[in-house]
Amino acid sequence: MNKENHQVLLEIKDLHKEYDTRTVLDGIHLRVHKGEVIVVLGPSGCGKSTLLRCLNGLESIQGGDIQFDGESLIGPNVDWQKTRQKIGMVFQNYELFPHMTVIENILLGPIKVQKREKKEVMDQATQLLEKVGLSDRKDSYPRQLSGGQKQRIAIVRALCMNPEIMLFDEVTAALDPEMVREVLDVILGLAKQGMTMMIVTHEMGFAQAVADRILFIDEGKVCEMSEPKEFFTNPKTERAQQFLNIFQF
Amino acid sequence: MQNLGINVLFEGTTLQRLFEGLMMTAGIAFISIIIGSFLGIGMGLLRTSKSGIVQFICRFYLEVFRIIPILVWLFIVYFGVTNALDIHLDGEIVAVIVFSLWGAAEMGDIVRGALESLPKHQIESGKAIGLSFWGLYRYVLIPQAVRRMLPGAINLSTRMVKTTSLVVMIGVIDVIKVGQQIIERSVIKVPTASFWVYGLIFILYFIICYPLSKLSKKLEAKWEN
Ligand SMILES: Nc1ncnc2c1ncn2[C@@H]1O[C@H](COP(=O)(O)OP(=O)(O)OP(=O)(O)O)[C@@H](O)[C@H]1O
Ligand SMILES: [Mg+2]
Repeated sequence: MNKENHQVLLEIKDLHKEYDTRTVLDGIHLRVHKGEVIVVLGPSGCGKSTLLRCLNGLESIQGGDIQFDGESLIGPNVDWQKTRQKIGMVFQNYELFPHMTVIENILLGPIKVQKREKKEVMDQATQLLEKVGLSDRKDSYPRQLSGGQKQRIAIVRALCMNPEIMLFDEVTAALDPEMVREVLDVILGLAKQGMTMMIVTHEMGFAQAVADRILFIDEGKVCEMSEPKEFFTNPKTERAQQFLNIFQF
Repeated sequence: MQNLGINVLFEGTTLQRLFEGLMMTAGIAFISIIIGSFLGIGMGLLRTSKSGIVQFICRFYLEVFRIIPILVWLFIVYFGVTNALDIHLDGEIVAVIVFSLWGAAEMGDIVRGALESLPKHQIESGKAIGLSFWGLYRYVLIPQAVRRMLPGAINLSTRMVKTTSLVVMIGVIDVIKVGQQIIERSVIKVPTASFWVYGLIFILYFIICYPLSKLSKKLEAKWEN
């Protein structure tokens, strides 16, 4: 499905990021349209996580611009607290708060940050938990859950803030293989509902299934940007070919 | 019954006086622990600050309390500071001041250790749901840090209770001082008086400190699962 004529939600222009003196992102350009799913691929250390972290203000950048909903996210005057409510992020490591139950984890942001009505949030949380098949684990603590369950809760926690875009950074990388599926299914479901997403993953089958476009990064540069079918069957660059070969035995 | 030394404890107001002395000891320790904990949490937060100057000052403050014995601190404040400022402070007040400041320094170190031991992604996932700086500390970091710092904090508290025995040196009538007075008064009649009196004081200290360590074990176990 072509979503290129949808409204642009996120625009990255000539993004430069350095750690000390090492350039990690080197002139990234990207436009993410509403409802679009971008899967970010690339070898380890190429800067995928860094890219997502820059979008959420977890890293400072050294050059270029990021615009979200038409507003720049660069400079000292960005209200990150407000922006982060619209940009949901789920990380590789289970990052639920261990001292809170599942439902407390989910309600913290909507109630304490967004100051919403508890009842209304509770209804939404219940619905979302049902959707990911975990409505019976409301009062569990994170340590009582499996890795896959924790990641599904982390996704619900982010969704309950009603974000406009979701960022996923290798959310299945730390999971046992049999739990990968249940998490990916949730993300696939979100794609079907039209959620705008940027996804970093090493699951190639999933990437092909979920992506509208593949962004292939190598050494901090956009190496290739194409539709999944084309990328996987007919990669234009040698680096992308080499990268894909790693996943074939 | 004359030669039963233990009776020295039950003569006249002896028990009551020992109890009052104990309350003085426990009171100074308790108030200092409370004040020290609050100051210590602030100190611990400051010590995780990125500013080098703030870190240096806090670190210096802690080392000053570690290097100079508490007894010397009591003398400095009781004799030195009051003299220099030409004010009078009761020994009890001086004791509370010194123990609170010491408690703040050590508690700050414990809080810092607990905060720094929290995984970094806890901070990031807190930020990712839009929590403010204070929200992050209030809902995410401090509740987790409190659990981690509890053993150290209780250990510090028992150390503070025990160290209050120094306050006798600045004229505070604590449980040990009362004990000495009782022994002096009765040692001619009852040669074993010091055994019985100090024996009781030993038990009294145990009664204060033991519940603390019991409490810490209990809370640890509770938060474990
Ligand atoms: N905090 C940091 N300080 C210094 N260098 C860093 C830091 N974080 C990441 N890097 C470096 O930046 C580069 C990009 O890292 P990044 O984590 O974005 O890679 P990645 O594409 O997500 O890799 P992976 O697939 O292994 O997760 C790497 O070379 C890494 O060593
Ligand atoms: Mg990464």
